[in-house]
Formats: sequence, structure tokens, C-alpha cells
Amino acid sequence: MRRSFAFPLAFALVLSPSVLACGGDDDDGNTDDGNTDDGGNPCGEIDGACIELSPSDDDQTAVQTALIDAQPGDVILMHAGTYVFDTGLSLDVDGVSLVGEGDDQTILSFLGQTDGAEGLLVTADDFTMEDIGVEDTAGDAVKVEGGARIVFRGVRTEWTGDQTDANGAYGLYPVQCSDVLIEDSIVRGASDAGIYVGQSERAVVRGNTVEGNVAGIEIENTFDADVYDNTATNNTGGILVFNLPGLDVPDGGRTRVYNNMIIENNGENFATPGSTVSQVPPGTGFVALAAHDVEIFDNTISGNVTSQASVISFQLTATDITDDIYVPYSDTIWFHDNTFDGGGDDPQGLLGAVLAGVVDLLSLDAVPDIVVDGNFDPALVDVDGFLPPELNICLSNNDGADFLDLGFVCDSDLASDCLPIITGGLAPATDDKPYLCEHDPLPEVVLDGVPL
Amino acid sequence: MSGARPRRGPPLHRSLIILCGALAGACGDDLIAAAPDAGGTPDAAVDAASADVCNPSAGTDVSFDPAAEPCQLLSSYRFFADGPGQLPNQGVVPYDLNSALFSDYATKHRFIWLPPGEAMTYSESDVFDMPVGSVIVKTFSYLHDLRDPQGGEQLVETRLLVHLADGWKGRIYVWNQEQTDAELRVAGARVPVEWVHTDGETRQLNYLVPNSNQCKECHIAAGDVVRPIGIQARHLNRDFDGGGGPENQLTALTEMGYLTGAPADPADAPRAPVWDDPDSGTVDARSRAWLDINCSHCHNPVGPARTSGLDLSIGQTDPGKLGVCKTPIAAGPGTGGRSYDIVPGQPDDSILTFRIESVEPEVRMPELLRQLVQDESVALMRDWITAMKGGCSPSG
Repeated sequence: MRRSFAFPLAFALVLSPSVLACGGDDDDGNTDDGNTDDGGNPCGEIDGACIELSPSDDDQTAVQTALIDAQPGDVILMHAGTYVFDTGLSLDVDGVSLVGEGDDQTILSFLGQTDGAEGLLVTADDFTMEDIGVEDTAGDAVKVEGGARIVFRGVRTEWTGDQTDANGAYGLYPVQCSDVLIEDSIVRGASDAGIYVGQSERAVVRGNTVEGNVAGIEIENTFDADVYDNTATNNTGGILVFNLPGLDVPDGGRTRVYNNMIIENNGENFATPGSTVSQVPPGTGFVALAAHDVEIFDNTISGNVTSQASVISFQLTATDITDDIYVPYSDTIWFHDNTFDGGGDDPQGLLGAVLAGVVDLLSLDAVPDIVVDGNFDPALVDVDGFLPPELNICLSNNDGADFLDLGFVCDSDLASDCLPIITGGLAPATDDKPYLCEHDPLPEVVLDGVPL
Repeated sequence: MSGARPRRGPPLHRSLIILCGALAGACGDDLIAAAPDAGGTPDAAVDAASADVCNPSAGTDVSFDPAAEPCQLLSSYRFFADGPGQLPNQGVVPYDLNSALFSDYATKHRFIWLPPGEAMTYSESDVFDMPVGSVIVKTFSYLHDLRDPQGGEQLVETRLLVHLADGWKGRIYVWNQEQTDAELRVAGARVPVEWVHTDGETRQLNYLVPNSNQCKECHIAAGDVVRPIGIQARHLNRDFDGGGGPENQLTALTEMGYLTGAPADPADAPRAPVWDDPDSGTVDARSRAWLDINCSHCHNPVGPARTSGLDLSIGQTDPGKLGVCKTPIAAGPGTGGRSYDIVPGQPDDSILTFRIESVEPEVRMPELLRQLVQDESVALMRDWITAMKGGCSPSG
């Protein structure tokens, strides 16, 4: 499935530290004449020219110039080595592929970056980034804003030092994009979310490893996302599906989270306070926040010490809502065929303290595997406060997972109204009968213009 | 020559015509013929338009062809009668704004060039419609001493916003060390600068010249379209003194044939306050003017910062959209540990103040091309927030 490029060793040896064009005429964007034999050519079969880069005395100018001069269809091949930047890079040309020789071979180092809120900012369609490592950016590693058909494959973004809120917020960060594929990539050390798909349409996030971030993978205000075959470990929170208020794209839905390993996400929360993820307690596996139409299945969720899996309303974050059209409640969520192991045995943080209180109150051994806050849209619930079957939080065949309903009810937009209920007005229960139901499976996400 | 536009202009402009005439002996309409696109070209070198534009031999008029490739040297366009002195050529009109974007205490020299015989069309609330072939010229310099505007300066870069047939494009020229000319740079640059600040202290900065992509990070409108920012009625509606006494810019531009459709009386056109002139408006009005010119080019419903949900446009009246008790989106370390963009009465609890007071790349706002804190605007924003009534819930 994964497209691969062959990089003959001889090729790396003949290149001087300068910008070369391998055969084609860069100006007209025509196909490189030498690209008929894709087995032996580092640039493969491409529509445009192949621009080759190697590390030089002035990587900032060389790489940024290549990104500006690129024509649609071009491939920019960054040969192995460490490229050093003090200012963020940007790409504004559609149809450009930025390709390295491996995420541990072609390294873009932003250590000491003094300008730019990202390592690379992309404001273009049809962008592919492949086999490149991006290290120690001051802010986000790679942000793509408003792009269509965006592919990250075999990319690593990492903050190589301590876990600190001086690390950038996001690793791979497509926002207001469509048809996004993020696969076989690695993100470590992000002070917010490692892989963050925000306000987008149609995204596939698969086969990635996210570790040591605050949030591993976050799907936010996004419609139609498939998140599968990922490993999320040692983050503060593993995989989050959020809808947040105050956004241009006010809602999201239809997210499938399946066949992931969500393991021991017990890392310290080193996010700057004030951000939404700063409220995620260490030890959080999966969270759906104000989310709709989410199907969580075939995952292995183990050893997350605060809460293995939960479904909550925005009010539980005890933050004011100033958005009139925002729906702060979750509905239509289905957990099935997940495997749970351990977890919930050492709840952390403010929410953990609330959970620990409930555990004590109900004389439980640990926080149950699946926690629902029970705060649903008052316009939808029945007299007992439960959602109708077609909108319910449904549980089926979850390997004997235990369950907790926090019995939280607060329909106010003001944190000052909800906080006292969180800390002293919950009506928790472990009876899962109101939630034993099933939904129709969500359809597989198909990307428009990006083969899977 | 037929089709020549009126040659009246603001005082500086008029004086330059005289200066130019005295020095060169010939800067009249006959020289427009030297421009390749104006017909009557002396040599039949039509095919090499680009080379001609960038190596104009005859005459002294501006040589700008929107169909040609960028020239390598700024001097090739002849926008200036005296580039190092920033004295504009004939038809290149200096202007100023009521409130301007802060650029690390750089001084800006702004000029408009319009193709012969063409004019801008007035709009009350939008950027003026400018003909293809228009150029906005903006030179960034550092006064040697901010307390002495006549005491000399270091020219750093000149940015051109050129209106081509397929839209506006940015071109950036960096001045050489000898300060004789500026050269095209697409990938940005660093230029060490030094000046004596208003407090008498010497300051130094490794000034960052943006790359040409970054023009678009501010100069952008809906539909991924590059556009000017300052050429709007509220920003231009002010007096400008080019040496012969103050004259309203809208009036002057109209009189010289550069602008059509403006109200006869500038009092009928919108006028933004001067953010740092207390006589020009209330704290609220001046704060909104500062946010407008410093932030709203990104923080508007279609701008690059639309993803944050924060809208600092001049017309926004919803307190929540302006940031009051609004939770941050994707701010990461930019929150500074604070829960809301603006907490009324509490500048120290507001993310907005944290971000304009920071110089960290991932925190500071505006995020592009600001390495220093503008102490004066921070004080204004603090006053503005302090005066707001109400509050937000303490966050859990």
C-alpha cells in the first residue's frame, strides 16, 4: 500500500552541497526526461521536475528558495543529512512533494529557531511529505492550512529534549483541510497533540506511532475520519475525538477509531495551562468530547491509569462556552469489540480526583473501563435523562469491560454553574443496561483524490 | 502626448517634478514613450520586454511592466528619483496611514505607482480597486535615532506589491550594505540593524526580511487572493505633509487623478483613529484601530487565523468573537496558562496581552515579523481590557 522510492547509494554520493535539477527544465515544469526507469531513479515517476537538495552552508535560503520556485507537479528530493533552519519554512505552490531518504536520514533541524510559528507552513493543495524527520521546531512542526489532498507518509516530527511546554504544540497539523492521509509516521514530544486533524473533511490516520505527547492523536471538529492501526503510548491522553466551541467549523462527526493500541498513556501533562488538552489527566486512553457519530472498535486499551475510555460533555471541562450554535454534548457513539486490560487504578489530575471520589463512593476497585459523564442534550433525553436508542452511547461485546455513568447534569454555558455539580453533585452508577445497544456501522472513509 | 494623466500631486510630488526637471532636464510626458508597453518604443526590441524593462536606457520615468519578470535590482524600475534618499519619481506618490502595523520599530516609506492615465476606485469599507500595473512600494528602514527623524537612516528592504494580470504579487528587495541599491530576494534574509531608541538606549536587532511566500500570510483575502491592506478609506483619510503643508490624502489623490469616487468632503469618508494619538479617539476606538491594522489581516472570518475563531476585524461587534471569555483554540503554549482570550478588567489573565507581550516565536502575536514588543501598544491594550466591564468564570 505504501508507495516507496528507491534511493541508489550512488546517487547520494555524487551530489554536491547545492541545488541541482535532475534533468528536467524547472521553469516549464515538464517531466524529467530521465524518469522512464523508475526503479533506478530517485525521483520516480513524476509529473514535474525533480529538484534535489543536499545540506549546505545556507539551508534556510536553499530550501526556502526551492519551495518558492517549485512548480506544480515537482518533487523536491532532500538527500540524507541534517538541514539547519532558524526561521520557519513555507510552501504555497500546489502539487509539490517534499521527499527525503528516511525519517532518521533526512533531518530538518529547527533547534534554536527564532522566527516562525511552525517549522513548515503549507498553504497549498496536493502536498505530499514523505520520509523526512522534523526536529525541535519552536512551534508546530508541520502545519497545513486549507489544503486539499494532503499526504504525510513516513514523516517523523519530534522534540528531542525534555517534555516541556516550550515544545511546539502540534506535530502533524492539517487544519481546514480535506482528504488527508497521515500514515506510517511518528510524532514524539508535542506539547499539545502529536497528530492533530482539525476542522477538516475526510481524513485517514493509520499506522502511526505517537508517544510522549500530551495528546497522541486528536481529531477535532472534523467530519469523516478513520483512525486505525496506530499505536498511542506514553502520552497524557492516547486518542481524542473532540468538538470544541468558537470555531469556524462548528461541528464534527463520523469518526471510526479501530484496531489501535492505546497503551499506558500515563505521561505527565506538560501542556501549557489554558489549552483544552491541558485539562486531560495523565492516564487517559480514549476520550470523546462533545462528539457525534463515533465508532470505537477492535482496539486494545490497556494500562491507562486514570480512565481507559470515556465519553464526556464540554461542561465537564468547567470552561465557559461563548458559542451560541455549539453543541457541547456527545451522542451516537458505539464501543464494540474492544479489549481492555488494567487501567483506572491510579486516577490523576482534577478529573482523576473526581473519579477517585466516585470510586470510593461506590466502593469500586478502580475507575471502570468505560466512563460516560451522563450529561446529554436536554432537548434529546427522556424523562430519566437517557438518550433515545438511535442517539445513545452504545456498548456491545467489549470483553467484559466494566462501566461507570457519572450522573453529571449541567446544561449551563457557565463553568461557575457546572463546577459545583462536578465536585459535589454527581449521581454515579455502574449499571450499563441503559447503554447496551448497537448502531449501524459507519462507512469506511474514502478520500477524494488520494488513493488508499 | 495624448492620454497623459494630470500631473498634479501632493506638495512633495510637485516639488520633485521641479527637482527632476532641473536635474535631468527632461522628465516630461515624452519620456513615457521609453516604456516598452506605452507604444512608440524607440527600438524594436518588443520581444525582449523583460530585459528592456529591467535595463531601461532612455529617460528617467518609472519602468514597470506587469507582464515582465521581476527585475533583479530595485533601481531598474526607477520608482525613485533618489533611491537612497527615498525621493519618489514622478507619478510615484507618497502616503501614510492613520494606524500602521508594528514592524519592530522600523520606519516605513510608502508610495503608490499607477499606470499612466489610470486611477483607483474609492470604496468606503474595502480596499480600493486598483488597475493592473499598479505598484505599492514600501521601504523599511531604521532611523539612526528615533528621536531625530531627520538624522539619517539605514534602508533595509523595499517591498513591492505589484498588480499583475493574474492578481497581486509580492516582491522583496534587500538594500545592499553600501545603501546604493536593493536586490531581489525570494527566500528572505537577516539584516543586523542598530538604532537609538526613544529612551536614548541603543538597540540592536537581527532584522528578518520575509520570504516572498510570507507576503501572502498577511496580504490575503477570501479565495486565496493576495491584496493590499492599507489602501482603504479609513486608513488613508488623514493629512499628509510632503513639505508644502498638510493636505488630506483622499483629496490630494483625487485632485491628481489617482482616485475616483471619493466623497468631495473627506469628513464623509470613514476615518480610523491614530492608535497612539489620544486626541484621535477613545481608548476603545484606538484599541480597535490597532487590532484592525495589526491583527485583522489574519484574524478575520476568511483569513489565515480563521481557524482560531477569533475575529478582530473593525466591524466585529460580538464580544465573544472579539475574544471576551473565549477559550483558545490550538494555541498550545500561546495560552500562557490563561483560560480566555480576554477577561474583562483583567489584562494579566488575558491571553491577548500575554501574546503581544511575548517574543517567543510560538507565542508572540502577530506571529510573523515581530521580534520585539511594542511597549506603547501593550499599554493601550492593557488600558482597553482594564476598562471592560464584567468577567468570565474561573476555569476548572
